[in-house]
Amino acid sequence: MTIELSDRVKTVPPSGIRRFFEIAEERDEVISLGVGEPDFSTPWAARDAAIASLEQGKTSYTANRGTRELRESIADYVADRFNLGYDPDEEIIVTAGASEAVDLAFRAFVDPGDTVAIAQPSYISYEPGVIFAGGEVLPVPTRKEDDFRLTAEALDAAGAADADALVCCYPNNPTGAIMRKEDLKPIADFVREHDLTVLSDEIYAELTYDVDESHSSARKTKSSVGDHASIATFDGMRERTIVFNGFSKAHAMTGLRLGYALGPAGAIGAMNKIHQYTMLSAPTTAQHAALEALDSCDDDVREMVDQYDRRRRFVLSRFREIGMDVFEARGAFYCFPEVPGNFTAEEFAEEVLREQGVAVVPGDVFGAGGEGHLRISYATGLDDLREALNRIEAFVDEHV
Amino acid sequence: MSEREVLELLRENARYSTADIARMTDLDGTEVEAVIEELEAAGVVRGYQAVVDWDKLEDERVRAEVELNVRLDRETGYGDIAERLARFPQVKALRLVSGDYDFDMEVEGDSIREVSQFISEKVAPVPEITQTVTHYVMTSYKENGIELGDGEDDDRLSVSP
Repeated sequence: MTIELSDRVKTVPPSGIRRFFEIAEERDEVISLGVGEPDFSTPWAARDAAIASLEQGKTSYTANRGTRELRESIADYVADRFNLGYDPDEEIIVTAGASEAVDLAFRAFVDPGDTVAIAQPSYISYEPGVIFAGGEVLPVPTRKEDDFRLTAEALDAAGAADADALVCCYPNNPTGAIMRKEDLKPIADFVREHDLTVLSDEIYAELTYDVDESHSSARKTKSSVGDHASIATFDGMRERTIVFNGFSKAHAMTGLRLGYALGPAGAIGAMNKIHQYTMLSAPTTAQHAALEALDSCDDDVREMVDQYDRRRRFVLSRFREIGMDVFEARGAFYCFPEVPGNFTAEEFAEEVLREQGVAVVPGDVFGAGGEGHLRISYATGLDDLREALNRIEAFVDEHV
Repeated sequence: MSEREVLELLRENARYSTADIARMTDLDGTEVEAVIEELEAAGVVRGYQAVVDWDKLEDERVRAEVELNVRLDRETGYGDIAERLARFPQVKALRLVSGDYDFDMEVEGDSIREVSQFISEKVAPVPEITQTVTHYVMTSYKENGIELGDGEDDDRLSVSP
């Protein structure tokens, strides 16, 4: 006898990334530009706090929503950095990574048959998450001509006016696109007009570069780095938006699995209901590390952001020299060049991996709008980036 | 601002090419060259050296950190003593420091004997020097901001979401 799988699980295809992972694993000496996580270590102060908490035997469950201290610290942090005001008692939940928070939201807010619009290309887990919750996905493609920003026109054209919820992620994985305040306003208007719930994944919020485009040709000050705008700050948006964030990206804490969600009390309470029956509470050690990360690791974050920014400039510049079209990515640690010649994205990614040992991810796996592009992660050291770009150049010179 | 950025990059890796620095700073290659030339001419950039992990070589290389105490008189200042000591090629670094001693001196040689001889025959006899305390370096874990040793392999997934 075999165990019968649920229709929902059977519906979801295996991840498009998996195949490239397997090919990369077969080869020696692969330089990977396919990694969606920081190459920096977690700041020492945060690691020390984790170690100290273990030494003190702080290994029991915490409150379901996370320790009060951490929730207070998160409330102060998001108020200070992103102008977001949330009550630590009722409107914040700490989760096992932002991924858990996203999953909780789908399960809390999506009924079978509900339609969830997803701005694409996007992080690959949103679509399966909607399907696991019984909902239906409405892809809303973004275009390179709009710098991969979401527009009200795109929402309208895709039929998002009839959707129940909208998922977006800015700064964006995989494109590196950001949404400035003026880009978000028409989205907020559309969402209010058509009564949508917004699930806004802002995990890359700290990783923004040259948001003010007047700085694009000559970087004048470092203050141009880190100016993220959240859609929840617009009038009438706070009550219909859940914001996701976490410590994986900016604080280089992927393996510690710590994220959080911000939203109205009723919504966060509903997410907590699922969380308390499944996860109970986020990892305790990681919560101690996260508290320290917010308290004392700003300089570490700034240093990492500066490094990413240098690498971003390097990678964009090299792609232009190679002759591959690439738009000015201003967030996260990805850029999204166009595939040159007659290759499909999948063919290019597979061939450059087999011939040159460089792992990149085809844009198609991130959904509508990603076709014909490659996701390049610059979360790797400059020496490896230089060599990988040289190899891509050799591949393009030979085949295009 | 661009001076500072170029300096940070040179300190990170002095072998970054002009083109690479240009790519990372939005300056063009000519501007980068001009900034570096200015920094060199102004004496801000004093030289370029490799950071060496001597433990990886078979040749013995002996290094010592030497604490020096001095007695000044009406005619002799710290600068005079420093000038005299800095001329010796064995002296790789010399700093006036606060605390229990006056100078912190890094000395290098091919053997313990050579370093000891240098300190006892060349340094200790300087009239103003009242005391030397020599610490031989046994293992170096970090030099010029660069961690030595084997480093860590990148064990992240080669492709991930």
